[in-house]
Amino acid sequence: MSAVTVSDQHAASAKAKVIQPAWVRALHWTNAFAMVLMIMSGWQIYNASPLFGFTFPRSITLGGWLAGGLLWHFAAMWLLMVNGLIYLVMGFVTGRFRKKLLPITPEGVISDTKAALTGKLSHDDLSRYNYVQKLLYAGIIVVGILIVLSGLALWKPVQLQYLAALFGGYEGARYVHFFCMAAIVAFMVVHVVLALLVPKSLRAMIIGR
Amino acid sequence: MGRMRKLLIPGVDKTLLVRDAVKSMPDLTRRRFISGGVSLGALTLLTGCDVTDSFSAEEMLKQVSKFNDGVQALMFNPNAMAPTFPESAITKPFPFNAYYDLDEAPEVDGKTWKLEVRGLVENKKSWTLDELYQLPQVKQVTRHICVEGWSAIGSWTGTPLRDFLKLIGADTRAKYVWFQCADKDGYNSPLDMPSALHAQTQMTFKFGDEILPRAYGFPMKIRVPTKLGFKNPKYVMSMEVTNDYKGGFWEDQGYNSFSGS
Repeated sequence: MSAVTVSDQHAASAKAKVIQPAWVRALHWTNAFAMVLMIMSGWQIYNASPLFGFTFPRSITLGGWLAGGLLWHFAAMWLLMVNGLIYLVMGFVTGRFRKKLLPITPEGVISDTKAALTGKLSHDDLSRYNYVQKLLYAGIIVVGILIVLSGLALWKPVQLQYLAALFGGYEGARYVHFFCMAAIVAFMVVHVVLALLVPKSLRAMIIGR
Repeated sequence: MGRMRKLLIPGVDKTLLVRDAVKSMPDLTRRRFISGGVSLGALTLLTGCDVTDSFSAEEMLKQVSKFNDGVQALMFNPNAMAPTFPESAITKPFPFNAYYDLDEAPEVDGKTWKLEVRGLVENKKSWTLDELYQLPQVKQVTRHICVEGWSAIGSWTGTPLRDFLKLIGADTRAKYVWFQCADKDGYNSPLDMPSALHAQTQMTFKFGDEILPRAYGFPMKIRVPTKLGFKNPKYVMSMEVTNDYKGGFWEDQGYNSFSGS
């Protein structure tokens, strides 16, 4: 778990150790870019036929009108999916998921949540995630997979009808897709606020150290 | 130069890019947005690709949409049937939807109306409604999915389009069946041949076991349950079997042309 990896040792000999390797940084910002495009164009599409009693303000939607929103959505989806697939493969192959996100224990999550809320959570070692981070990062990966799968079901409810059936059919997939978006937006708000509160974590995601 | 190299570190530029994109989003009108909107210059810098200045977001989106047409054509399985539902699942009332109000919907005289057949077919005879009603009909209860996102289940009865195409000696190796309609500002839509030959694609004459009402496309609608709603033309006046892509009412405005479901 806390073992220093070989590449870290090499890096340490040169300068400070690399907290976020280059592939993570590249995929992270590509994902951030794709996510923003997907969410803003998704709001445009939502507005054409709202599921609930509200619409998103025009000023925060992308595409100008429904056709434009759809064009953006079905273009950015490739970036999101390809980038996400590379991330999943790399996460498993390099062992990053195992090393960084596991194990997640209920006791750990509870004690770290308490520590976080009382301002006692340490950020000294950015290369190790606390249990709240582990839970949220693992959780958002699952949400990311769900939003892509429910999106595919909405795009192809006939060709991929068995996938759509998993979400309760076309109409069910609309709700799953929406709530996954809501979860991602909520995550992003917390994620960005915390990154700004601990600026060195933001620096690590930009320059690696 | 050193500064330049720093900027090329993955991540840094993209945050700026996102911020730029977000900034340019509000307050642009529909067409302007896609056309003028977001320059991909920053992305060009980032990737080092040699892209000309005229490479606009609009052009990129158009190209991706064409690419998506191809992907969808590959994904299309002629043997995959749209799910069917019991009659109890039919949405009542079934929504009327068009770019005009119901009282502006075409009023076609069924007595004088004739379906015109053109293009790559052996028999170009026009068909009266009575003649078409003589053809064998089948009923389907399927989900109509609108490009706007909503969906509704309806009951449509009519002649499988592929039976009719066979009857008139259409060249089914052609790329499209192109429909033209009586809607007030014109309406046309191309249907790719594999979708036209799908078993559930239907020349619809009845809705809910009644003669197709004006709201749903009297005298004839093309029901394509493997396509989004706007690819299901109503008030059909003519069809043309053709190898040329002739565009469509919504397709020309930026909606994805294949729009398969």
